[in-house]
Amino acid sequence: MITEHKGARHPGLVQLITPDGERVSHPEYDPWVQDVGDDQLVGLYTDMVIVRRIDTEATALQRQGELALWPPLLGQEAAQVGSARVVRTEDFIFSSYRENGVAWCRGVELPDIIRMWRGNAASGWDPYTVNMAAPQIIIGAQTLHATGYAMGIQFDGADTAAITYFGDGATSQGDVNEALVFAASFQVPVVFFCQNNHWAISEPVALQAHTRIADRAPGFGIPSMQVDGNDVLAVMAATRIAMDRARRGGGPTFIEAVTYRMGPHTTADDPTRYRDPNELEDWAAKDPLKRVKALLERKGLLTDQLLDEVEGKANDVARQLRKACVEMPDPAPSDVFRHVYSTPNTWLDRQEEHYSRYLASLGDPAAANQAEGATR
Amino acid sequence: MTTMTFGAAINAGLRKSLENDPKVVLMGEDIGTLGGVFRITDGLQKDFGKHRVIDTPLAESGIMGTAVGLAYRGYRPVVEIQFDGFIYPAFDQIVCQVAKMHYRTRGAVTLPITIRVPFGGGIGSPEHHSESPEAYFTHTSGLRVVSVSNPQDAYTMVQQAISCNDPVLFFEPKRRYHDKGEVDLGIDPASAPDMGSAAVATPGTDVTLVTYGPLVKTARDAALAAADDGISIEVIDLRSLSPVDYSTVEASVRKTGRLVITHEAGQSGGVGAEVAASITERCFHYLESAPVRVTGFDIPYPYSKLEMHHLPDLDRILDGVDRALNRPNSLSGLEG
Repeated sequence: MITEHKGARHPGLVQLITPDGERVSHPEYDPWVQDVGDDQLVGLYTDMVIVRRIDTEATALQRQGELALWPPLLGQEAAQVGSARVVRTEDFIFSSYRENGVAWCRGVELPDIIRMWRGNAASGWDPYTVNMAAPQIIIGAQTLHATGYAMGIQFDGADTAAITYFGDGATSQGDVNEALVFAASFQVPVVFFCQNNHWAISEPVALQAHTRIADRAPGFGIPSMQVDGNDVLAVMAATRIAMDRARRGGGPTFIEAVTYRMGPHTTADDPTRYRDPNELEDWAAKDPLKRVKALLERKGLLTDQLLDEVEGKANDVARQLRKACVEMPDPAPSDVFRHVYSTPNTWLDRQEEHYSRYLASLGDPAAANQAEGATR
Repeated sequence: MTTMTFGAAINAGLRKSLENDPKVVLMGEDIGTLGGVFRITDGLQKDFGKHRVIDTPLAESGIMGTAVGLAYRGYRPVVEIQFDGFIYPAFDQIVCQVAKMHYRTRGAVTLPITIRVPFGGGIGSPEHHSESPEAYFTHTSGLRVVSVSNPQDAYTMVQQAISCNDPVLFFEPKRRYHDKGEVDLGIDPASAPDMGSAAVATPGTDVTLVTYGPLVKTARDAALAAADDGISIEVIDLRSLSPVDYSTVEASVRKTGRLVITHEAGQSGGVGAEVAASITERCFHYLESAPVRVTGFDIPYPYSKLEMHHLPDLDRILDGVDRALNRPNSLSGLEG
């Protein structure tokens, strides 16, 4: 029986790896990660290092003017990798804009991770090729999409599940609360994965929630877990419990992964205006990568060779990311009219025709050709 | 041909869509056991089951957002918004998600969602039950917006809207739900005139009177009355508000040289403004007088004892027709 919070019980944060890298046992959660051997642990560590490296490189690319904006996930690697690695290929993910670590685990191509942030497209990838929706910018809206998708799974009688990622700020949104109502009423296979990273831009979590966020779900009739979001094993175990329940027809589950946004909200943000530097220091001590590294060291797995290998992989990914970014071709002017509708539209056809003539009037043959040659 | 009410025609169209495509699901408040507050979905849950005709929790954004998710999975949701004035909690999901997903995903995700909205006034209701919010949606790219005016179109166009791969706002004139008309239930929606096309509801030669939804009947009555005075009004039923079938309107205005537009919605930034501007751009040299708008006022929908002052009726429409014809009218002598 899994310990869950039904409102009155507060057994505290589920943790399987301490910040010092000690593997602590938890009788209810251990069985869900007992298959995670040394190789898998190294794999998780590698993923987290790569995800952090992608984040660092993308931030640098923004500073160099190659990306318009980037939302760093620094500090949330365990929450994203730990959960995404146990979501099955046939499950479907509805995320916010910060889940670039989830996208990496999903197998999203590197150019597709940054395409939108460079301003080259409205989103990066075809959702159906990786079973991950276009990341959502409207806060919390995707939780309803996941719930509706899960209604479809239920109608189809499929043994898959949907999972949706959102933050502590999103829990104030009506859409998230409506999603919890719909999910509970219809008992659909959806997992609500809340990364409580403590900050919604400049607003601390205390402004969003006067109670533990995990404690809200039982009020909707949805069981919840609160796990250490910087502990990759605890996150894995909780996500498996929730996804397994969903796939078996047990309905929705809410997971609060307690983590910390160590960077700014986006590259346009300046957290020094609102955040106590001591807080950052406290959380740096609980860094998700550090603790897996410490665990590997305790297990005698942390060789120089391993460290070199992991660093080499991460640097390769960073190089590929940079190359893909700077070599990405600009969209054609006529792309501005593409995909607004899937059926012909007389209003838009007329505007496109007029703009094409306008471009032609400028005497820019390249632009005019692009505008005229394109087909919807 | 079968004689049936407007409401029964929509019901028949929904039934046909449910029969023809197992991916069609109906969603909304009270649409199951009750059959909807206007009984438009009467009997459908009983015949198709709770997974096809879904009574949802009372949350419009929730309905719309879950419809997006269902469409993501390949379903074809038909959402009923109980009353026009209740659509606003869903506005964010409609504008930011429903309308933009195809564009956002570069065509990978289509959201074939039909949003049925009983709209307009004339039924003596309290606040929020008589609104005409169509212009919010005609201003939103990515949506198609249609309005039906008679039982045959209601039956045919609701099926066309459901099979359309783009999201469609489907505005139903609630005060006409009980009007009866002849409906050909054997018609194939695929070969019927497309919902994107306008229709000449009453042919005429002197003035083009453009309208849609509930006022088509009023406009046709006005045309009948004007005929007694020797004035020939051509009534155009727009049917599609986004995009507007300007070729049909243009052809009429080139013939008559005069344009009157009437709708229940307020004037500023309304559908009439767009039609007047576009027709002026496209056939300025054919116009013999300035386009005239006869519309609701720019006010919150009034309490029911005043609604007859707000809603354009036959006489106000004919007053506007007189203005377009430079005949004596209520504004004669006023500049501008």
